Amino acid sequence: MSNALQISKLTKTYVNNVQALSQVDLSVKQGDFFALLGSNGAGKTTMIGIICSLLNKTSGDVSVMGLDQASELNKVKRMIGLMPQEFNFNPFEPIEEILINQAGYYGIDRHQAKQRAELLLKRIELWDKRTDMAKSLSGGMKRRLMLARALMHEPKILILDEPSAGVDVEIRRSMWDFLKELNNEGMTIILTTHYLEEAESLCRNIAILDKGQVIEQSSMKALLAKVSQQVLILESGKSLPNPLPALSFSVERLDDHSMQVVLDKLSVSKALETLGKEGIEIEHVRSAQNRLETLFLRLTSRED
Amino acid sequence: MWIAYKTIVVKEILRFSRIWVQTIFPPIITTSLYLLIFGGLMGERIGSMQGVDYLQFIIPGIILMTVIQNAYANTVSSFFLAKFNHSIEELLISPVSYWVILLGYVSGGVARGFSVGLGVFIAVSFFVDLSIHSVGIVLITFLLTAVLFSLAGFINAVFAQSFDDISIVPTFILMPMTYLGGMFYSIEILPEFWQMLSKFNPIYYMVDSFRMGFLGSSTTDFITSMMVLTSMIILLAVVAFYLLKRGVNIKT
Repeated sequence: MSNALQISKLTKTYVNNVQALSQVDLSVKQGDFFALLGSNGAGKTTMIGIICSLLNKTSGDVSVMGLDQASELNKVKRMIGLMPQEFNFNPFEPIEEILINQAGYYGIDRHQAKQRAELLLKRIELWDKRTDMAKSLSGGMKRRLMLARALMHEPKILILDEPSAGVDVEIRRSMWDFLKELNNEGMTIILTTHYLEEAESLCRNIAILDKGQVIEQSSMKALLAKVSQQVLILESGKSLPNPLPALSFSVERLDDHSMQVVLDKLSVSKALETLGKEGIEIEHVRSAQNRLETLFLRLTSRED
Repeated sequence: MWIAYKTIVVKEILRFSRIWVQTIFPPIITTSLYLLIFGGLMGERIGSMQGVDYLQFIIPGIILMTVIQNAYANTVSSFFLAKFNHSIEELLISPVSYWVILLGYVSGGVARGFSVGLGVFIAVSFFVDLSIHSVGIVLITFLLTAVLFSLAGFINAVFAQSFDDISIVPTFILMPMTYLGGMFYSIEILPEFWQMLSKFNPIYYMVDSFRMGFLGSSTTDFITSMMVLTSMIILLAVVAFYLLKRGVNIKT
């Protein structure tokens, strides 16, 4: 089975000589939920722009579901649904019209497009606003509108560029559920995000872009395993001694009932056992860090 | 491709219809004022031109002027706004061919030109008892004129970087060309040099043919006028298609 996306030696140099991508190789399997991470200016949006025919590449090859973009462009375009980072619809158009028009560009007749628009608008909870102008929507609603628009032609691959920016927690969770549902139905999803928690909880595979190059590509599980250090918040039902006793691992008293510990190689159970021997009984343990964030900062050298 | 084309055209028609107070209504008011002042008040003093009453003489030119301005304004503003708010990306990511995009926008311009032209025609009929010598000539001249200026508006929109850029050409090029194209006068009254110069102005051929369709008299051969218009349409269509395909000011 061919990959959903195969990129080989993709290079993009803008007219001002800024090299946004340099000899990038990347592959995404069919049915994958794939995270493309990178700091601002890493080249993520440029890569997406080239995949979606919004930007011209300088060199390299892109193929989608086994189809070469250069020779079978229209077939490739039909395979992809894009939810871009910036709002890119006419703000003076009613939202239902935006969806119906988008379907029309893919050759879907108006009657069928209306049915699909109804289904999607209900799913993203915008059906009541279908006749409103897009400009009247909130930022989160506009994002959901772009998600629905990307799905109007039932693409095989959904590309989401910062889908959660400006979306509140409740809507974000509901959007995640929807995306998981689409992925379970077989849709390949490629996601760029600055919410690393989002990538960690949704994606199975990941690539990290830095300065126009892929510096890491692996499964999320394998990548997270590289982070051996754990930072935990431990909470006790009783008052903690002040000061805390000297232990074999770093410990910091946060308040009367909680402390933060940093474990390098020691397991959590060993740490709890050590604390128990000191008469400190722990009732709750929670992580104080986002492991992917730690790794991301380490890989992109933003943390010493 | 037919569905995609129809979608663009319907979208364009709905766009200018939603803002009819800005798009359809003002030209009708302006034209009525032109007729009242130039035709009704001053026309009687001017007498006849090209063998007909002056009011009858200027009507075809005034209708065609609104067609020219509105066909141009529709494509230039619609395509520039699509670039400005990035909604052009909706089309660029979809499998719509560049010819269909171009044809869709041009058809939108023609539709607005037709709506406004018809509105003006109806308004004019309240002032003057209008007669049409040849409906065929009127329609073909209208169509070619609207297509030509829709294409010109499209090319302007491709190059435009700001809102100023979409008003410079209509104000400093289109308006003088329209007024000097024989809209208010017959070029026969001009000195020979200016008559010759007028023949380099494509609007002269449009106005002359359109007037022929209404009045049955013209100062140049109809076939020549059609050839000039068709040649210019082919030229502008090729340029517009090339710009769109290359993604000039659209793709980097």
